Amino acid sequence: MNPFKSSNNSRKKKDAIGRLILALLTYTILACAIFIFYDIARKGLPVLMPVLSEKGGEVINTDFLTRMPETLVEFTDGDGKKQSMPSTDFTEFTKKNPDAIVLNKKANAYSGGGIAGPLVGTALLVIVCMIAALIVGVAAAVYLNEYAKQGRLVGMIRLAIMNLAGVPSIVFGLFGFAFFCLFPLIPVFETGLGTDLPKFAIPMFGGHLIFKQLGNSLLAGGLTLAVMVLPVIIAACEESLKAIPKGFREASLALGATKWQCIRTAVLPYASPGILTASVLGVTRVAGETAPIMFTAAVAMKGRLPWEGAKDNGIFWIPDFLTDSVQAMPYHIYTVAARIPRTDATAAMQDGSVFVFMLMVMLFASVSIYLRIHFRKKLKW
Amino acid sequence: MVTTAPAPKSDLMNVTEKNVEPSDKHVIAHVDNNPNPISAEDAVIEIDDVSFSYDGGKTNVLNNISFNIPAGKVTALIGPSGCGKSTLLRCLNRMNDLVDTSEVTNGQIRIMGQDINANEVDPIELRKQVGMVFQKYNPFPKSIYDNVAYGLRVQGIKSKSKLDEAVEKSLQRAALWKEVKDRLNSSALGLSGGQQQRLCIARTIAVSPKIVLMDEPCSALDPIATARIEELIAELQDEFTIVIVTHNMQQATRVSDRTAFFYLGRLIEYDDTTTIFGNPSVSQTEDYVSGRFG
Repeated sequence: MNPFKSSNNSRKKKDAIGRLILALLTYTILACAIFIFYDIARKGLPVLMPVLSEKGGEVINTDFLTRMPETLVEFTDGDGKKQSMPSTDFTEFTKKNPDAIVLNKKANAYSGGGIAGPLVGTALLVIVCMIAALIVGVAAAVYLNEYAKQGRLVGMIRLAIMNLAGVPSIVFGLFGFAFFCLFPLIPVFETGLGTDLPKFAIPMFGGHLIFKQLGNSLLAGGLTLAVMVLPVIIAACEESLKAIPKGFREASLALGATKWQCIRTAVLPYASPGILTASVLGVTRVAGETAPIMFTAAVAMKGRLPWEGAKDNGIFWIPDFLTDSVQAMPYHIYTVAARIPRTDATAAMQDGSVFVFMLMVMLFASVSIYLRIHFRKKLKW
Repeated sequence: MVTTAPAPKSDLMNVTEKNVEPSDKHVIAHVDNNPNPISAEDAVIEIDDVSFSYDGGKTNVLNNISFNIPAGKVTALIGPSGCGKSTLLRCLNRMNDLVDTSEVTNGQIRIMGQDINANEVDPIELRKQVGMVFQKYNPFPKSIYDNVAYGLRVQGIKSKSKLDEAVEKSLQRAALWKEVKDRLNSSALGLSGGQQQRLCIARTIAVSPKIVLMDEPCSALDPIATARIEELIAELQDEFTIVIVTHNMQQATRVSDRTAFFYLGRLIEYDDTTTIFGNPSVSQTEDYVSGRFG
């Protein structure tokens, strides 16, 4: 006789149903994610690797990665065949074949050429952002965690930083526009200004110290993104600093190190893997942001890469390309998706951009995961 | 810790009450607790009526401690957990500064005649003279060489030959040289626990302190490693004044010349180690050293 025989069947049934519902909901999320990735890859992969498409072609579509975006010209040729090509190619085509018949010519903005401009722009924005965010973020985390007396003020600062993380990105965009783009932030010394002085001109050394606006620029966009990612960086740095054993600090101080020496030689080196991992995660976040850059840095169309002939900004200590506007992947995707009708010809740019961008972000995320595993294995105490 | 032996606790409370009477506080400290005092001339550390608080003076974890620690000897601080012996040790090189709200609320600690909590004392200079070895061996995740050279490097010594010399000398003093001389550049974390603790001792003595504080240096080690550390302490005492906190009473008898017994933040008795363990004057000391409580 089994004393543990199940007596209440309905109870068991309820348990099974509850379990089933929870599992179903969980797997729905997974299914959604897989479907999204699959759909993007199915449409976008043939653009990047035409060899996989039905028509066949090169292994890697280098044009797509190395050309700037252009207007795409669609037309029907003399044989009644539909053709599409970027506008520069079209100009060349008509020059070479002046007699060619071009019917139903139609231009689609932004949809031809490649995505070199947005790719480079996003990379530059991320670099500017991470440099600024890491300098300020690590400094703030070190101060809060190592130097500041843990009292009400520090608590309020932490709360403010946490709140910063909850601010919608469009608000950061507008803030960045008002502060970094419009507010005259950049001090420049100039002579020979005459009487037509700008605001806040401070006379000195026979000239004037004036303040210039950054305008819609790479620097303004990068700094706006930095403000946005700062809470993430500070929180991650503080976590990394807290994870350093107290023994390291004590041993260092007991050997006559100053506080700063202790932090520099016995704390930061061991916290840097954590900081690095967190910042790569931060990169994936800022790379995908559209709202903060659409007012501050990004333009839909630009015929050249940032360092090619940027106009002189008149600020000797800032390279010209930093004060130039850029294209950026998220904004480019928004433009081609929202402003251009989807046709067979324009679909390639839309699908390809999304796919390449997804690859880029996934690459950053994998690097971050790899770093975390690598350092976890290597650094143990 | 006292639940097993309630009687000694009540005895102890009587002593405690007597101690807080302000008028004859010093008299009691000298007559009852410190029958065989160290004179100020022989002392390198003078602890004079010291009270200490971790929470800005609300509650004291040390109450009116007074005794002198002799130069060139090993002094053991013993007592049950929470009695304040580690706190006192950490007062001696101002490691308690790391706790924001900590404060010496009464009295003076003088090392080589100088009040170490005076404004004009730089804790960094103090810690160069008063080194510390911690309970849990804590070498940096650096090479063996870099660990020993750390203290000298933060003091700005860059000369390779000076560092080499100091590293070798310190490792030899810490009886570790023979074991590690062929792998100075490999990670310190690859050493055994006992070796790591001796490395920490080498690191501490590399900056040539006058005093070495040891906070239960053997509590994380096995008996063989412990024996080696104890031998080392015996060897080091002709060069350094050593103050050691220990839970292990046999260890105190083996390594120390003088022993101070603490209970509930008070100094109960301070005397030669042989007296403390052989013929203590306060009954609480006898109860503790004979294992009746604690």
